[in-house]
Amino acid sequence: MEYTILILLLPLLSFLAIGLLGTKLKPCTAGLVGTITLGAVTVLSYFTAFKYFTAPKVDGAWEAFPAYDVTWLNLGEKLHIDLGILLDPISVMMLVVISTVSLMVHIYSMGYMKGERGFQRYYSFLSLFSFSMLGLVLATNIFQMYIFWELVGVSSYLLIGFYYTKPSAVLASKKAFIVTRFADFFFLVGILVLSYFTQTFNFTELMSGDGSIFSSAIGASFMGASALVWAMALIFIGGAGKSAMFPLHIWLPDAMEGPTPVSALIHAATMVVAGVYLVARLFPIYLGYTPEVLAGIGYVGAFTAMFSAIIAITQTDIKRVLAFSTISQIGFMMVALGVSTSMHLNHGDHGGLGYMASMFHLFTHAMFKALLFLCAGSVIHAVHSNYMQDMGGLRKYMPITHITFLIACLAIAGIPPFSGFVSKDEILTAAYGFSTGMGVWMTITAGLTAFYMFRLYYSIFWGKEYKVTNGHTPHESGRWMTFALIFLAAITVVGGFIPFGKFVTADCVPYDIKLDWTIAAISVAVAVVAILLARKLYKKENEKPTELATKISGAYKLSYNKFYIDEVYMFITKKIIFNGISRPFAWFDRHIIDGAINGSASLTAWTSEKIKSFQSGSLQWYAWVFLAGVLLITILAIFV
Amino acid sequence: MVAGSVALVVASAYLTVSYLAQRSAGAADPMLFTSNWMWYKPLNIAFSLGVDGVSVAMICLSAIIVMTGTFTSWKIEPLTREFFMWFCLLSTGVFGFFITTDMFTMFMFYEVALIPMYLLIGIWGSGKKEYSAMKLTLMLMGASAILLVGILGIYFSAGATTMNVLELVNIYIPMESQYLFFVLSFVGFGVLGALFPFHTWSPDGHAAAPTAVSMLHAGVLMKLGGYGCFRVSIYLMPEAAKELAPIFLVLTAIGVVYGGLAAIHQRDLKYINAYSSVSHCNLVLFAILMLTQTAMTGAVLQMLSHGLMTALFFALIGMIYGRTGTRMITEMGGLMRVIPFLGVAFVIAGLASLGLPGLSGFAAEMTIFFGAFENADVFRRVLTVAAVSSIVVTAVYILRMVGKFLYGPMQNQKHASITDAVWFERLAVIVLIAGIVYIGSFPFGLSEMLNDSLGNVIAALQR
Repeated sequence: MEYTILILLLPLLSFLAIGLLGTKLKPCTAGLVGTITLGAVTVLSYFTAFKYFTAPKVDGAWEAFPAYDVTWLNLGEKLHIDLGILLDPISVMMLVVISTVSLMVHIYSMGYMKGERGFQRYYSFLSLFSFSMLGLVLATNIFQMYIFWELVGVSSYLLIGFYYTKPSAVLASKKAFIVTRFADFFFLVGILVLSYFTQTFNFTELMSGDGSIFSSAIGASFMGASALVWAMALIFIGGAGKSAMFPLHIWLPDAMEGPTPVSALIHAATMVVAGVYLVARLFPIYLGYTPEVLAGIGYVGAFTAMFSAIIAITQTDIKRVLAFSTISQIGFMMVALGVSTSMHLNHGDHGGLGYMASMFHLFTHAMFKALLFLCAGSVIHAVHSNYMQDMGGLRKYMPITHITFLIACLAIAGIPPFSGFVSKDEILTAAYGFSTGMGVWMTITAGLTAFYMFRLYYSIFWGKEYKVTNGHTPHESGRWMTFALIFLAAITVVGGFIPFGKFVTADCVPYDIKLDWTIAAISVAVAVVAILLARKLYKKENEKPTELATKISGAYKLSYNKFYIDEVYMFITKKIIFNGISRPFAWFDRHIIDGAINGSASLTAWTSEKIKSFQSGSLQWYAWVFLAGVLLITILAIFV
Repeated sequence: MVAGSVALVVASAYLTVSYLAQRSAGAADPMLFTSNWMWYKPLNIAFSLGVDGVSVAMICLSAIIVMTGTFTSWKIEPLTREFFMWFCLLSTGVFGFFITTDMFTMFMFYEVALIPMYLLIGIWGSGKKEYSAMKLTLMLMGASAILLVGILGIYFSAGATTMNVLELVNIYIPMESQYLFFVLSFVGFGVLGALFPFHTWSPDGHAAAPTAVSMLHAGVLMKLGGYGCFRVSIYLMPEAAKELAPIFLVLTAIGVVYGGLAAIHQRDLKYINAYSSVSHCNLVLFAILMLTQTAMTGAVLQMLSHGLMTALFFALIGMIYGRTGTRMITEMGGLMRVIPFLGVAFVIAGLASLGLPGLSGFAAEMTIFFGAFENADVFRRVLTVAAVSSIVVTAVYILRMVGKFLYGPMQNQKHASITDAVWFERLAVIVLIAGIVYIGSFPFGLSEMLNDSLGNVIAALQR
C-alpha cells in the first residue's frame, strides 16, 4: 500500500503551496485548494480502511504492517529515527476519524471564516495540522510520534493565536504551547529511558517478541521503581499534557480563543485525544509490564472526568462548557483503558473490553463533539456572543443547528440509539467489571454530563425569548456550514450501529459487541433524570437556577472559578518561577558575575593607579628606593 | 564584497563536494587535502592545512554567514570601505582557524579574528559600544592568554617536536601535565564558547555590535570555542578529559538552564538572543564533554544549527531595529501586521530555536540528548535531564518575545507606517532559512559525514 504516503504528502504540499503563495492567492482559491486536498485525503483514507479491513486476517487477527519506512537520522550505533507509515486497526480507524472531521471543518470554514483577514493563512495552518496529526497516528515508532506530536503542538499554537492582534488569544496560545511543552519534556525523558534500555524506537519491535527486550529495563531500578515503570509513567505524562488530564488541563479551556472550527478539529476531535491514542498504542507494554501505571492512568482519568464535569455545570461561555465536557469525555476514554486488565475478551470477564470501548468512544466522541462545536460556532456566528445570557429561544431562528445540536446532546448524554450511548455503555460495563466503585463513579459522571449538556441546550435554544436588538435577527448559517452539521449528525445517528468490536480490539481478534442491558438501563435512567432536571431548571426562564446557586454559593463559586487551579499555576509561574528564579538569575548575571568581571577591571585600573608613581621619573625617589633596597639586602645578609 | 562572499560560498560548496567525493573514493586519512609549510623552525610552527568533515561543515557555515552578513550591511554608514576591510580580516581569521591543523597557527588566526572585532564594535556599534568592545576584547584576550599557556604546555610536555595536532595525537602526554593543560586550553577555548561563568562578554558584546558583526560573532566565532575544545583539548588529552569532564559538565549544564532563565527576564531583543546563545552554546560544550560519538555529532550539528539560527535572529533584529529605532519588546507590539515578511521569518527563527521538528535545532538537540544518555551513570543522566528541561525554558522566552512585539495590538502608532524587507534583506533571510530547513528536514547525510570524522576523536578517547 505504497500510495498511503500520499495521505501525508498531499496536506504537506497544500500547506507549502498556500503558505508560500500567501496573499497572492485569492482567499476563495486558497480555501478550495485546502478543501479539495483534504477531500482527496479523505477518499484515500476511506479506501485504505476498506482495503485494510477486507484483506485476509492472519490467524484470525488483523495484521499490523509498515507500509513505508525510511531512516531519517541515526542516533548511535543501534538507535535510529525512522519516518514511516504503520497500518493497523487503530491507525486506520484514526485515519478515518481525522480525515472526516478535518474535511468537515475545511468545508464549514469556507462559510464561517468568510471575509476574515488571514483566510489563506488559516487554510495553510489547517493543512499543516492535518499533515501533522496524520503523521502522528501513522507513526511506526515512538520517536516519529514525538516529532509529529511537536508539530501538532505548534499547529495548535498557531491556530489558537490566529487572531493575533487580540491579547487574550496570544496569551492563550502561549499557555497552550508551554503547558504541553512542559508535559512533552517528561515524554521526551520517558523516550530517552525506554530507548536506552530497549535500544529501539520501533513499535513492532517493542510489542512483538517474548518481552526479553524489557528485561534490562525491568532489572534497573531508580528510587524504588524499575526503569520501565519510570519510562512508561513519564510517557503517560506527555500524553496527559496533550489530552488535558488533571492537573495539566488548564490550557484547553483557554484554547477556545481560537476560531470555533479549530476548536472542533483540534481541541475536541483529534489532537486532544492523542494522549489516549498514545496509551492505546503502547497498551501491550502498559498491560504486560507496568500494570500499576495503567491503573494510575485509570484513576487520573476518573478523577479528571468528574472534576471537569462539575466545572462544566457552572460555566456560562458555551465554548468553555464544551471544552470542559471534552476534558471529561477524554477522562472516560482514559478510564476505559485503565480498567482493561487483559488483552482478550472472554464474556463474563470483561478484561479486554475497555480497550475496544475506549477506541469506540474516541470515534463517536470525535464526531458528536466536533458537531457540538460546529453548532456552537453557528450559534456564535448568529448572535455574535459566546455567552449563554445573550442567547435563548434560538430554535425558531436556526432549525438545522437546533436539531443537529439536539442529536449531539442526546448522543453525549447516552440516550439510545445514538452513537454515544453504545460507546459509553461499553465503558461503563468495563468500569463495573474493574470495580463497582469505579462503575458508580463513572455513572454519576455520566449523569452530570447529561445535566450540563441539557442545561446548555435549553439555555441556547429555549429559555428566555431572544431579544432582537439593532434590527439584527439571528438566522441560520449558510450552506457550507449546514452541510457539515448534517453530515456529522448523520454519523452520530448511525455510528452506534458500527460493529466496532469486529475492527478494533486489544489483541486484534474480532468479536461481537454485546450490550449489558442492566448497566445500560441504569445509565439511561440516570441520564433521563438528569435531563428532566435540566429541563425543569432551564427550559423556561425562571428564578430557580439563581436560587440554587445562592443556596450552595460556596460550591458554586468553587466550580465557577474552576477550583482556582489557574490561580495556583499563576502563583507558581509568576511569583515563583518568574520573579523568584528568573529575575534573581538575571540580576545575578548583571551584578555578581559581571560585577566580578568589572571588578577585576577596576582592580587592575586601581593597582596601576597606585603603582604608577613608582616610575615617576623623579631621581630623588629612585635614589631613596635604591638606598633602602641596598640596606635591606645588607641587613638580611648579616642577620639571616 | 558581494562578489567575494558569493565566491566564498561557491568555493566552500566545491570543497564539500570534493571532500565527499574523496571520502567515498575510499580516502581514509583523518584529514584530507593536507599540506605543510614550516614558518618558524625554532618552535616547529608550521602552516599546516587539512580538513575533515567537521571543518568542511564549519567552513560552509562561515561562508554562508559572511555572505548573508554582507547583504545585511548593504547600507552601512559611515566609512563603508573601512567596515568591509575589517570585516574581511575577521572572516580571514575565521576561515584560517578552521583549515589549519597546527595549534599555534590556529591560535594566531583566532587572534586575527579578535582584533577587528574591537574596532567593528567600537566604531560601528550602538549603545554602550566602547564599554562593550573593551569588555569583549579584554575577556577574550584574557582567555587567549590562558589558551596560549595551554598550547605551549602541550607542545613542551609532548616533547617539543611538533605543533601539528595530527602528529601530537600519537604522542602520550604525561598525566600531571594533562590535568593542568587540559583545564587551561579548555577554559581558554571555552570562554569563546560562552562557558558558564565566563559568558558575560557575550550579551554586552552582541548587543552593541553592528548587525553583520553580531551575526558573524555569534554565528561563527563562538563556534571556534567548541571546535577548539574537541580538536585540541579532548583530542590531544583524552585521559584528562575523561577525568575532568564532570566538573565542566556541571558548569555547562548550569549554563544551559541559566542562560535560558536569564533570557526570560530581558527586554532588549538582542539581549534575549544573546542569552539564548549562551544557553545553546553551553549545550554544545555539554555535548562535547559527554565524550560519546553521538553526542559529539550532535554538538557539531548544534554548532551549525545555532550558527544559522542566531545569524538569522541578529539579521532580523538589525532589520527591525533599523525600522523602529528600538529593540525593547515593551515598546513594540503588533508588528506582524506591518512587516509580515520579517515577522514570519522571526517566528520561524524562534521555532527553530525552541526545537521544532523540521527545523535545525530539533535534529541537533535530539542527537545530543540521546548521545548524552548513552553514558550509563546516574550523574550524567541527571545532568542530561536538566539540559533537556531547557526545551521548556526556551519555549517560554521565545513565545514571550514573539507574543510581545509581533502579536497583540499596535503599541506605537509611529510603527504603523514602517515598510517590509527589501530584496537584499529578503535574500539574506531566505538563504539562512533554507539552511535551517535543510539541516532540520534532511539531517541524515550531514550527520553521517560528521559522525565519520568524529570517529578519530573517539578512537583517541578509547586508546
